[in-house]
Amino acid sequence: MIEGRAWVYGDNIDTDVIIPGKYLRTTDMQVFAEHAMEGIDPEFSSKVQNGDVIVAGDNFGCGSSREQAPLALKHAGVACVVAKSFARIFFRNAINVGLPVMEADVECSEGDTVKIDLKNGIVEVNNKTFKGNKLPDFLLEILTDGGLVAHRRKLQKQKKDQNL
Amino acid sequence: MPDNSQPMTISEKIMSKASGTNVKAGDFVFADIDRAMTHDITGPLAVKGFYEIMENKENPKVWNPNKIVVIFDHQVPADSLNAASNHIMLREFAKEQGILNYDVYEGICHQVMPEKGHIKPGDLVVGSDSHTCAYGAIGAFSTGVGSTDMAAVFASGKLWFKVPETIRFEIDGELPDNVYSKDVILHVIGDVGADCAMYKTAEFGGSAVRSMSVSERMTMSNMAIEMGGKAGIIEPDNVTEDYIKERIPDYKLDSEWKSDDGANYSEIRKYDVSNLEPQVACPHNVDNVKPISEVEGTELDQVFIGSCTNGRYEDLEIAAKIMDGKKVADNVRLLVIPASRTEYMKLLKAGYIEQFMEAGAIVESPCCGPCMGGSFGLLGDGEVGLATSNRNFKGREGSPESFVYLSSPATAAASALTGKITDPRKI
Repeated sequence: MIEGRAWVYGDNIDTDVIIPGKYLRTTDMQVFAEHAMEGIDPEFSSKVQNGDVIVAGDNFGCGSSREQAPLALKHAGVACVVAKSFARIFFRNAINVGLPVMEADVECSEGDTVKIDLKNGIVEVNNKTFKGNKLPDFLLEILTDGGLVAHRRKLQKQKKDQNL
Repeated sequence: MPDNSQPMTISEKIMSKASGTNVKAGDFVFADIDRAMTHDITGPLAVKGFYEIMENKENPKVWNPNKIVVIFDHQVPADSLNAASNHIMLREFAKEQGILNYDVYEGICHQVMPEKGHIKPGDLVVGSDSHTCAYGAIGAFSTGVGSTDMAAVFASGKLWFKVPETIRFEIDGELPDNVYSKDVILHVIGDVGADCAMYKTAEFGGSAVRSMSVSERMTMSNMAIEMGGKAGIIEPDNVTEDYIKERIPDYKLDSEWKSDDGANYSEIRKYDVSNLEPQVACPHNVDNVKPISEVEGTELDQVFIGSCTNGRYEDLEIAAKIMDGKKVADNVRLLVIPASRTEYMKLLKAGYIEQFMEAGAIVESPCCGPCMGGSFGLLGDGEVGLATSNRNFKGREGSPESFVYLSSPATAAASALTGKITDPRKI
């Protein structure tokens, strides 16, 4: 169960505002974190606290394939993004880097406490329950393992152990 | 080859071939990748991910170096020490693994990949760039992925996909003078919105699309992502076959690579473009599209003609002909960047580069330029730009306080002459 304070955004939050192009010339996660959401909310990185969640509208993460977008949110401390819908590349990237995401249409105000049950696809805000789209099991497993790299390492290790 | 007993879309056929099973929209598959492309912005994280995945292996090797292509295009020539370091890292990776690396020389990945014959109809292609959907213009299923997915492809040559549903865009009619495929795709995106084709293939057909050149088709497929599309496919035909044959002489198009009659579309949308006027996408969303009559006269600080969307010979020829020896307006900067070295050379030989220079344009060597706002040619606070590229999100071309409009090369050229958004039919 994820529980955190909500930051609320609208529809079509694109990856250029999540992490502007000018910060992509590095692979330093701290730089991405410091500029997370800068295009729409320049103070976001100083206000966000570890474990906060983002609640947004349709097509979250549209635009570029830059994985730096979910990485910026993850390293800024965001524990989960709940959106009415996600742009597909962002959605894949988020799972691959171990940033939990859930599709759900949630009524929520900034600062509300949001409880997210990824396993069952349920979000709870102000004692109201919202049913989201549960992730397929294989994606949940990748998330639980901490992302695709960790997941593949786990599989390789299992394979190796079996062969021993 | 897929079993033909059930009518299939071209996307279902390609996914069936790539996964070795008969699939339909909605199925999850584990598919073999025919071609993978990465570039200087997303490549470094992909390489890092690859070595992390392979950390227990001595001397880690990619699954098949012949199926991977590396191209530097976003920050070339290196515009900072960080960019130079990224280039060194990718250069060494490509050399170590025996991967073809076009380095800083050839131009924008989405132009270079088809231009150099790396893409064929029926291929399943992934690139770590969202505009990888561009290769759908020649009948490939081609889609953008992130760096970690690319790392997994480097390691295994496979990736999971959800076989997408398909929206068919049936676009008929003959385009009026000075109206081009860019106007068509902007009009469609404005009509359906930025999320209409999310998780889906946008399949473009109809008489207007059939009569387009490969260059014009690339503009259409390139922008499928701007309506959320996973792919933007145009079924291959004799136009496609001729294009491929120029690159792969013994190529013969397999008639299998089309959607069957009775294929299952989630939606069919019809357009007649016979009376379409030039279209402009207004700040700060690509689906904020208006006919030019509603934005004419908007004052500009910069015009950018180039990008993977509209930086080909045909695009720049249209622009040069509209400018026709006239000068760029005093209040505006015109930046011209051909999409590839090959296109640049063709323009040079035809005399168009000289014309642009004489008109007062700044002509740069092939690269992404100001599109993405991470390199040069940026817009400052309060500035207004018109570009032939594909995105106008807040801060896309520089300052979050700047404004980007998108148009065809014809509209961009006409506007460069006047310094404000101008209908090319009036020049």
